[in-house]
Amino acid sequence: MEVIVMNKLKVAVALGATCAGCDVAILDLNEKILDVIEIVDFVFWPTAMDFKLDDLKALKDGEVDVGLYHGAIGTEEDEEIAKILRKKSKIVVAFGACANFGGIPSLTNMPYESKMFDVVYKESPSTSNPEGTLPQKETEIEGTKLTLPGIRKRADSLNSVIDVDYYVPGCPPMVPLIEQVVDVLRVFVEKGTLPPKGAVIAGQDTLCKECGRTKPETISYKEFVSPQEVKEIDPDLCLLSQGILCLGPATRSGCGALCTKMNVGCRGCLGPTDKVDDHGLKMISALTSLLEVEHEEEYTEEDFDKLLEKIPDPLGTFYRFTYGVSMISKLHPDKEE
Amino acid sequence: MSTSKQEQESGIKNPNPKIVLFLCRWCSGKGADLAGTSRLNYPPNVLPIMVNCTSRIDPRFIVEAFLDGADGVLVTGCHFGDCHYKTGNYKAYRRLSLVAKLLKQVGVNPKRFRLTWISATEATKFVKVTTEMVEDLKKLPPYWSDENGGNSDE
Amino acid sequence: MNQELNPNIVTIEPVTRLEGLAKITVLLNDEGNVKDAFYQVVELRGFERFVQGRPIEEVLRITPRICGVCPIPHHLAPAIAADRIYGVDPPKTAKLLREMMALGHIVHSHILHFYAFALPDFALGEKKEPGTHNIIGLAKTFPDVAKAAIKARGDAQKIQAMIGAKATHPVTVIPGGISKGVTKEDTEKMLEMSNNIVEFGKLGLKVFEDLVVKNKDQMALINSDAYKMDTYYMSIVGPKNTLDFYNSQTVRVIDSKGKEFAKFESDKYLDYIDEHVEPWSYLKFPYLKQIGWKGLVDGPNSGVFRVNALARLNVVDKIETPLAQEAMENMYDVLGGKPAHHTLGFNWARLVEILYCGEKMVELAQDPDFYGPKFREQLSKDMITGEGVGAIEAPRGTLYHHYKTDKEGKVTKANIIVATTNNNAAICLSVKKAAQEMIKKGQYNDDGLNKIEMAFRAYDPCLACATHAMVGQMPLKVEIYDSKKNKIRELTRKL
Repeated sequence: MEVIVMNKLKVAVALGATCAGCDVAILDLNEKILDVIEIVDFVFWPTAMDFKLDDLKALKDGEVDVGLYHGAIGTEEDEEIAKILRKKSKIVVAFGACANFGGIPSLTNMPYESKMFDVVYKESPSTSNPEGTLPQKETEIEGTKLTLPGIRKRADSLNSVIDVDYYVPGCPPMVPLIEQVVDVLRVFVEKGTLPPKGAVIAGQDTLCKECGRTKPETISYKEFVSPQEVKEIDPDLCLLSQGILCLGPATRSGCGALCTKMNVGCRGCLGPTDKVDDHGLKMISALTSLLEVEHEEEYTEEDFDKLLEKIPDPLGTFYRFTYGVSMISKLHPDKEE
Repeated sequence: MSTSKQEQESGIKNPNPKIVLFLCRWCSGKGADLAGTSRLNYPPNVLPIMVNCTSRIDPRFIVEAFLDGADGVLVTGCHFGDCHYKTGNYKAYRRLSLVAKLLKQVGVNPKRFRLTWISATEATKFVKVTTEMVEDLKKLPPYWSDENGGNSDE
Repeated sequence: MNQELNPNIVTIEPVTRLEGLAKITVLLNDEGNVKDAFYQVVELRGFERFVQGRPIEEVLRITPRICGVCPIPHHLAPAIAADRIYGVDPPKTAKLLREMMALGHIVHSHILHFYAFALPDFALGEKKEPGTHNIIGLAKTFPDVAKAAIKARGDAQKIQAMIGAKATHPVTVIPGGISKGVTKEDTEKMLEMSNNIVEFGKLGLKVFEDLVVKNKDQMALINSDAYKMDTYYMSIVGPKNTLDFYNSQTVRVIDSKGKEFAKFESDKYLDYIDEHVEPWSYLKFPYLKQIGWKGLVDGPNSGVFRVNALARLNVVDKIETPLAQEAMENMYDVLGGKPAHHTLGFNWARLVEILYCGEKMVELAQDPDFYGPKFREQLSKDMITGEGVGAIEAPRGTLYHHYKTDKEGKVTKANIIVATTNNNAAICLSVKKAAQEMIKKGQYNDDGLNKIEMAFRAYDPCLACATHAMVGQMPLKVEIYDSKKNKIRELTRKL
C-alpha cells in the first residue's frame, strides 16, 4: 500500500560551537532553496530566522521530522541544546565536520603551553589588562547577576552526547552532498523510506578515486615540501608524488576534489572512510610507507629523522578535523615531572 | 598500587609499570629467546607480543596498548640491513618515529615509547633495554590513575 | 503590547538574524527608565592559542574557520602577514586574484546581511507571524528582488570559488602568492558575473530608496538621536584616501568632525589600538590608545571608535569608481553631510559598497595580468624574518592578524583583532541608547524590543569572529522581573 505523505517535513537547524559556515552552505543552494521550502517547513533556524529556543522546547517530542545540528559540543549549553533537539526530533543529522568529528574546535583538546584565557586576556600584546580581569560565569553589577555560559574541558562530536541517525561530513558540507540530503528528504516525503541508520551521506571511496590527477605506478616521494617552497606545482600529477602533503588516500570522496584541483593538498574534512577508525593514524601509516621508499635502503636513521622534520605538526595536519573522535585524543598528557 | 615510604624516598612513583613489547620474530624474538636460554634476568613487567616484522605494527597498536592500560610501549626489530623481509624495518622506523612525534604533541612523556634494534645474538642488549625502560618508568607516575580516566585537562 | 510594570531587568536573549550569539540585559531604575544596558557576547574558542606550533601556511587554512560567513578576510589577512614573515611581495597576478576574492567576498557578505538579516525589518512591515521576517518571507513578498539577490550572491560565491577552491573556507592563498592561476575563459566568466553584480548594486540602491529613503517613518528612525553616536572612525585607505579593501596597509582614523586623527601602517597597530576586558563578556573592547579607555561613553574624549561600511565611507575622501562615488555623494546629501553618525546608515553604506565592489571587479577582470602565468614567488626558509602583520577591510570592518614565527615558519604567537570586535563598545552604546529611547517609564512593546535589536543588527556583527569563540547560547527570550525579583512576564519574541 502506498503511503502518500501530504504534509511538509518539519526541519530544525540547531547550532553548537559553530562558525556558521554550515548555515551559509545551506544558503548556497541558492535558488534551489525555493524548491526545498516546497517540501520543508523550517521550525527553527537561529541564523536565518527568529524562532527562539522556547519555540523548539514548546514542540511535542518527536514533532520535528529532521533535526540538523552543526558545530561542536563546546559549552554546557551546546550539550543542552543537542539533547533538546534529540528529544524533539524523529531523525537527527550531524551536519558538518564539527558535529561529525569535533572539527577544528577540537584542536583545543590537545595540550598547549598557555591556558586559553591567559592567551586571550593577558598575554595578547594589544590588550591592556593590568588588573588581570578575566570573564566570569557570573558578574554582579548594581544588584543584578550577569551570566556567561561555561566552556567545557573538551570540544566533542555530536554523537558523544546524543544518538545520531545520519552523518553529513565536510567543512562545510559541499553543495552536492546537501543536494543528496534534499533527495533523501524528498524520497522520505514521497515514499516514506530512509537510508539505513548510521549512514554517512558522502562518497564511499577515498578521495584518490575522485581526484583527476595522474597517479604514477609507484608513488614515492623524496621529501615533503611546503607549497610556497616548491619551484613549480605540476597541475596534473598526484600531489603526494610531488612531495606535497595530501590526505587523499585516507579521506572520503564526495567533495569533487575541490582542493586538489587547485594544487592544494587535502586536509581531510570529509573524514575517514567506513573502513578506518582513526583517520590520522591511518594516514601516518600510509604516508610514511611511501616516503623515499625507492631509496630507503640507502638511508640512515638520521637521514629519516631529517625527512620527518618536514612534518612539524602531525596532530594539526592529520587530525585537523577529526581530533575530537580520534583514538589518540583519548590519551592524556603526562603531568610535569 | 601505592608506593611504600622507602620507594617514595628513592623517587619511585610506580613500582610496577606495565610495558607492552612488540618484537619481531626473526632478530629480536631470537635475541629474547637467547636471553632466556642463557638464564639472563630481565624484568617480568614486559608483556611480549610477537609479530612477523616490525612493519606489521600498525600505529594504532601503539595507541591501543596505552588505552588498554600500558604505562609504556617498547618496539624492537632487526637492525637496518638485517630485516628478514629486506625493508620492513625502514618503514617501521619512519612510521613509528612519526607516531612518537604525535605522542609527544599529545603530551605523553617520550620515555614511555621506545623503538630499538636487537639482533638474534644481542641477548644482553635485550636485557639492558628492558631493564632500563622499567627503571625509567618506575620514576614516572602510572600513566593511568583515578584522576585521568582519559579526559584530564591540565 | 504595553505593560504597566515596574521591572528592574529586561533581558533580550539571544538576538537573532545575525551570525553568532549574544544577549542583551537592560537594567531599569525605579522610574522604569533605562539605567544601563549590557551587550554580552557568550562565545570563546581560542584560535590564538591553537594556531601555536603550526606552520604558517597551514595556519592560513585554519583561521578561515574563525567564521563561515567571512572566511576570506581570515584567509587573506594572515596571508599578508605571511608574505611579510617571508619578507616577500607577491607578483601582480597574485594580488589581482586575491583582491578579486576579497571584493567578491564583500559582495556575498553584504548581500547576505542586507537581504537575509536586515531588509526584512525595513520591508516587511510589522511582524505578525514567526518565521516570516527572513529571506524566505522576502522571497514571497518581493520575489524579483529576492531572485536577483540570490543570483548575485551566488555569482559572488562562484567567483571566490574559482580562485579559492571554495567560497566557504578557501585554501589557495599561500605565502608569496596563490597556489593556482585562472584561465582566460574563467576570467571572461568572472567579467560577466561582475557586470551583473554592478547591475544588482544599482538595483539594491533603488530598492533602498523606494522602501526606506522615500518612507518618512523609516527616515525619521534613521535620523533619530537614539540611533546616532559621536565616535571616531577607522578604515584602511588607498593612496589619496580612497576606498580600498585589499591593496593598502595604511589605516586612517578620523574624529567625529571629519578631521584626521591618525594614520599608520598596519604593522604599527599596537601603538594605536589597545583592548579592554570586562568580566561580563567574552568579547574584548578595542579603543584608541592615545585617547584611552574612558568607559562605555562616546564623544571626542573617549577612545571608542567604529569600523564597518559607514565608517569606511566616512574615512575615505573618494571612491575611485564612478557609480559608487555618485551613490556615496547622494547618501551624504540625504544624511546631511560627512561624517555621518547614523547607526542605521550602515545599511545604506553597505549597498554603496556592493556597487563599488562590482565596478572594481569589472576592472580587475579586464586586466590581462589577471590570468597571467606567474602567480607566486618561490620562497625558502632562509627568507623568514619571524614576524608579520596583515590588515584588511573585512565586510565588518578593519581586521588585523599578527603572527610571530620561529626560523622554520612555525607560529609561536598570534594576536587577532577581529573586525566586529572593534565595534564592541559602539554596539554596547548603541544598544543602550536605543533601549533608553524605546523603554520609558517601564513601558515597552515587542516593536520597541525589535528596535533595540535593529541598533545591534546594523553593525552586522559577526560573533564567531569576534571572540574566535565557541558558540554557546541560543535565541533569546525576554524575562521581566518586578522589583521583588519575581518573574511576572515572559515575552518570547513572536514575530
